[in-house]
Amino acid sequence: MVHGELWTLKELFVYPNEYIYWSIQIVMYPFMTGLVAGAFVLSSLYHVFGIKELKEMARFALVFSFALLFAAPMPIVLHLQHPFRGINVFMTPHFTSAIAAFGIVFFSYGAIVASELWFLYRKHFVEVALPLKEKKDKGLLEWIKFLIFCSLTLGVYDISEESLKKDEKAIKILAAVGIPVACFLHGYAGFIFGSVKANALWMTPLMPVIFIMSAIVSGIALCMLTYIIVMEARKIKVKSQRKPWMMSLEEVKGAEIGVIKITAKYLILFMIFAITLELLDLVFRGYTAVKHWDILRTVIYQKDFANIFLLQYTLGNLVPFILFLIPGLTIRRASIGLALAMMGVFMMRWNVVIGGQAFSLTLSGYMEYIMPLIPHDWETFKEGLGGAVGIFVMPFALFWIIAKIFPVFDSKEKPAGH
Amino acid sequence: MITRRDFIKYSLQGIAAIAVPLTAIEIINPSRLFASKDTKKVRWGFLVDTQKCVGCGLCVRACKLENETPYDANVSRTWVERYVLTKDGKVFADSPKAARDGFITDKIELGHGKLEEIKKDDIEKAFFVPKLCNQCENPPCVQVCPVGATYQTDDGVVLVDRKWCIGCGYCIMACPYGVRFFHPAYGTAEKCNFCYHRIKKGMKTACVEACPFGARMIGNINDPADEVGKIIRIERVSVLKDEFGTKPQVYYRGLSKEVR
Repeated sequence: MVHGELWTLKELFVYPNEYIYWSIQIVMYPFMTGLVAGAFVLSSLYHVFGIKELKEMARFALVFSFALLFAAPMPIVLHLQHPFRGINVFMTPHFTSAIAAFGIVFFSYGAIVASELWFLYRKHFVEVALPLKEKKDKGLLEWIKFLIFCSLTLGVYDISEESLKKDEKAIKILAAVGIPVACFLHGYAGFIFGSVKANALWMTPLMPVIFIMSAIVSGIALCMLTYIIVMEARKIKVKSQRKPWMMSLEEVKGAEIGVIKITAKYLILFMIFAITLELLDLVFRGYTAVKHWDILRTVIYQKDFANIFLLQYTLGNLVPFILFLIPGLTIRRASIGLALAMMGVFMMRWNVVIGGQAFSLTLSGYMEYIMPLIPHDWETFKEGLGGAVGIFVMPFALFWIIAKIFPVFDSKEKPAGH
Repeated sequence: MITRRDFIKYSLQGIAAIAVPLTAIEIINPSRLFASKDTKKVRWGFLVDTQKCVGCGLCVRACKLENETPYDANVSRTWVERYVLTKDGKVFADSPKAARDGFITDKIELGHGKLEEIKKDDIEKAFFVPKLCNQCENPPCVQVCPVGATYQTDDGVVLVDRKWCIGCGYCIMACPYGVRFFHPAYGTAEKCNFCYHRIKKGMKTACVEACPFGARMIGNINDPADEVGKIIRIERVSVLKDEFGTKPQVYYRGLSKEVR
């Protein structure tokens, strides 16, 4: 069977070779890189612009952005027909292609996040490594821990006031440089679509900007949501197994509504930018009504109406907007709003990627995407629900591991004896 | 000890020193010199005479067999479209199985397994249009390939390197003519290449050879004596979707405005 034939339903006149070649994983790709970029921008709000209320969130967002970074290229790998040849992009990059820049942008961004993390956690590495270095009879686990943290210090053990001040300066510079790079990382994902002149829905210079704005929305939403979940889970954990040496319930405050409120303001701001640009694009297309508008109109207002206007604009944008703007924001209300905002951004990616293939190049036929839910071979797994869920879960698993090396909370939780 | 200033200075000098001889070689590039003298460059072009096509599908069959596109797979390097215009202004079009077996029924395929029967008296006009890769002068598929696995030869034909293609599908998305697909067996991008292995040996493409009505012709359009080139220069011909700026090199005689 031809790739794509399994999940494509054709209607009216469609060219024989046309199928939905870019399926769920290509929806996941901009969604995941968007989360990376958004999380980084959130962390930079504190480091660069000095918004003090976001201090705790900033550290969390940066570590999460790092975890997300590893998951971001995975959708492409799963999508490729020859995943092992993916390395060819680095070996013979063909620079007229938007995808060819991926390696350079991705690695330079990764380097910025990694070095910023290093400066941020350098003190912690030294504090863990030094006592272990002096300890005489180390156990196996302690040896492993020592080796990890000792190498992470990169041989720099100076944690004097003066050097820490220098670290802060470095963090500020890296965070500032990181913002345009993060925007570029994601803006160029938008460019991959926006520059396809053959596709009537994709081709617009607004695409990269729309992608960046919605990316920041989704990144902030995911960080806030994970922050709430982790903080609340921590509270429940302490409550259930209270030990005398642990923090009291008052100390483990759970998610702070103050932090949530401030962050939500930025979420709303970027959401307004994103919606304005998307509506501008829609209005402009309708107003200019060039050749392909006839078919685009039927796709937007009929075939994909529920996906675009109900799931994306109403549930994904309008409802969270109202939820955040009603005074007296609570953690629960914020959580619902955040989950919906993320869903809204996911639906935006879906409506771009799948919606862009919902009509034929003939402009007189349609294609419908039937996502494989129950896999019956590797292809239907990786380009179906299973693959998408796997990709989405991956950064959380990574975050859990990475947070062991880069603790995102104050280490007050340790027993009092230490 | 070397100072920072000196280090940067010497590094820049070093880079400049390496760069100069490279540019010198570029200026007197001998192959480019020879190429500039070569005025009789080959440019393969294709001519489709839609007035002659009867939709028998022999070209599609010949192509599938010649180029080892799985015979029953619902993809093809070339295909034939049928257009039926009714008296009430409706346009119907289809290409069942890429017209591999010709058009064996009067009913028009509407997708979802539905067929539309059009009464003979209702038909205003009907015609067939063969399609294939346009071997564009400015090919978007070549532009977007991230690894350079698809490329344009000196004689204008766009080829795909099956050993290097990563199967991302960007070229498939970028082609406004929908000629590209994933080869069911190789999993790499696949498309018509004017039977490059044949034309390089002075033979005709499989589809041209198979067409009993002379609806398809191929030639070197830069050659003043070439029949295809002559027709393109002298007669009124058109190309498909020129609004994309791809400069397609498959020319059509008798193209109707309904053709997509």
